[in-house]
Amino acid sequence: MATTQTMTPSMKRERRANLRRTAFYLGLIAIGLVAPFFAYPVFLMKVLCFALFACAFNLLLGYAGLLSFGHAAFLATGGYVTGYLLASYPALTPELGILIGTVAALVLGAAFGALSIRRQGIYFAMVTLALAQLMFFFYIQAPFTGGEDGLHGVPRGHLFGVISLRSNLAMYYFVFAIFLFGFALIQRAVHSPFGQVLKAIRENEPRAVSLGYNVDAYKLVAFILSAGLAGLAGSTKTVVFQLASLTDAHWHMSGEVILMTLLGGVGTLFGPVVGAGLVVSLQHLLAQSPLGNWVGPILGVIFVICVLSFRSGIVGEALKMYRKNFK
Amino acid sequence: MTMIFGVPLAVFMGQLLLGLINGAFYALLSLGLAVIFGLLKIVNFAHGAMYMLGAFATLLGMRYLGINYWAALLLAPLFVGLLGMLIERVLLRRIGHLDHLYGLLLTFGLALIFEGTLVNFFGVSGARYPTPEALQGGYQTGFMFLPKYRAWVLLAALVVCFATWYIIERTRLGAYLRAGTENPALMQAFGVNVPLLVTLTYGFGVALAAFAGVLAAPLYPVSPTMGSNLLIVVFAVVVIGGMGSILGAIVTGLAMGLIEGLTKVYYPEAANTVIFLVMILVLLLRPAGLFGKEA
Repeated sequence: MATTQTMTPSMKRERRANLRRTAFYLGLIAIGLVAPFFAYPVFLMKVLCFALFACAFNLLLGYAGLLSFGHAAFLATGGYVTGYLLASYPALTPELGILIGTVAALVLGAAFGALSIRRQGIYFAMVTLALAQLMFFFYIQAPFTGGEDGLHGVPRGHLFGVISLRSNLAMYYFVFAIFLFGFALIQRAVHSPFGQVLKAIRENEPRAVSLGYNVDAYKLVAFILSAGLAGLAGSTKTVVFQLASLTDAHWHMSGEVILMTLLGGVGTLFGPVVGAGLVVSLQHLLAQSPLGNWVGPILGVIFVICVLSFRSGIVGEALKMYRKNFK
Repeated sequence: MTMIFGVPLAVFMGQLLLGLINGAFYALLSLGLAVIFGLLKIVNFAHGAMYMLGAFATLLGMRYLGINYWAALLLAPLFVGLLGMLIERVLLRRIGHLDHLYGLLLTFGLALIFEGTLVNFFGVSGARYPTPEALQGGYQTGFMFLPKYRAWVLLAALVVCFATWYIIERTRLGAYLRAGTENPALMQAFGVNVPLLVTLTYGFGVALAAFAGVLAAPLYPVSPTMGSNLLIVVFAVVVIGGMGSILGAIVTGLAMGLIEGLTKVYYPEAANTVIFLVMILVLLLRPAGLFGKEA
């Protein structure tokens, strides 16, 4: 078929854009594949886990316009369930442990989502914060979390019962694969008709209702998806670091993921990844410097600056510049 | 000894009083949140930090400047109120035209700054503030021992709550405030200085939080994190009551404190979480909140 002869200029442009996009993604994947030979794999895994967490959060804030102040609950639920199961049942393989942890976060997300979407705007934020605090108190008292001490010595085990994850390199590629899966899922969701409806709800909820969309159902599905992916990030993090602790359940964590997303760019696909990389690097650097105790206030200052004068975030600003100069 | 459902009356009443005092703090804080929300439409995440600053101003004022409790009762809210007005003028005003979620995020950043900075200087363990001499000791009533200071806290909080209600519902200034809540642009057109009103409102709201902080200083350890944990509970209280009504905020605050106190008597494990559970119940049965109108 000689299709090329019938192509219009706009089709050609679109095809070129698609090619460029594919090349861009392949380039990034290549960078991800060689990265552990240039940087410390454990650090990279931490970045990837938080990047997935932030991407999951961004699905809700950036595309559905819902500000959840309680995403720590899902991160912690994934982490605790996976950690407890892997530590108690040595026969369980890590991928199954992560799967069950993710499902637990998904179920919790369904319950919390159904409750919190009953209110809008700032009430939604307060409800999610309060529900997450409920989980925090639950995890302090629950017998299987180790309370203030947390869960330690979670075994990494053998992937599919075959590949040992003790080596950081093997672990890294497993984490990288999980991240790619999560990112691809979000990318698909955002560009699907489902994602378009979410954006419509974000822009004008009453209008979406009047167009006949079941807005609550869309919000709930987005919430569950986001909670599940946050749980996946938490489960994976627990396997990597072999521990699950209350830090993940604390409201500071819910704030941190907001900061990562805001700094990188709300509503952009790569923003949360960039933001997570920056915040994790910053924490890493500060921890080794004399300013180690000042992480909290410094994050607070970045928060204030972002809100005052950098609301599009790094990726958002970069995209604006690109569109202005090259299109 | 008289028993109430298997609990000695004195213990029962004691916990009820503790609950009522907690409730008074919830009421003061949610009242301030509601006043600020009414005019600025933002949820002040720095409210817990302002409460904490009120307590710290009291503690440090005594330690370094020799300011006694009674002076602090006036000076600490004044200081924090001025700080709040500065914050409103310099920071919040710039984002007034944006989505109100940005206000929440900005004040969250401020809370992190205040809390984190004080943690670096004072640690998290908390310091004790002595009960003022005039309020030491207590009354032996027929069925329980009533510490003077706790009675004072309850009285002071209630008086301030109802004074606030009176100002907002019954005075000219309050009428401006209510009108500004309905339609600030029209108010401005009538020649009322709305930006000034906004600044004063924010200052007043956080001053209420600081006043609660002064009252709390002799009761609880004064620590940089005392505000944030309380604030999340207050958020739940606000979701339960709705922010539309001043009296609603006061009543809900007191009621939630009582429920918490009762839970401490009969099922202490759930005392931390009972308010969140009530919130879930309210969301299921009456999503707009007990006193709320759906926005």
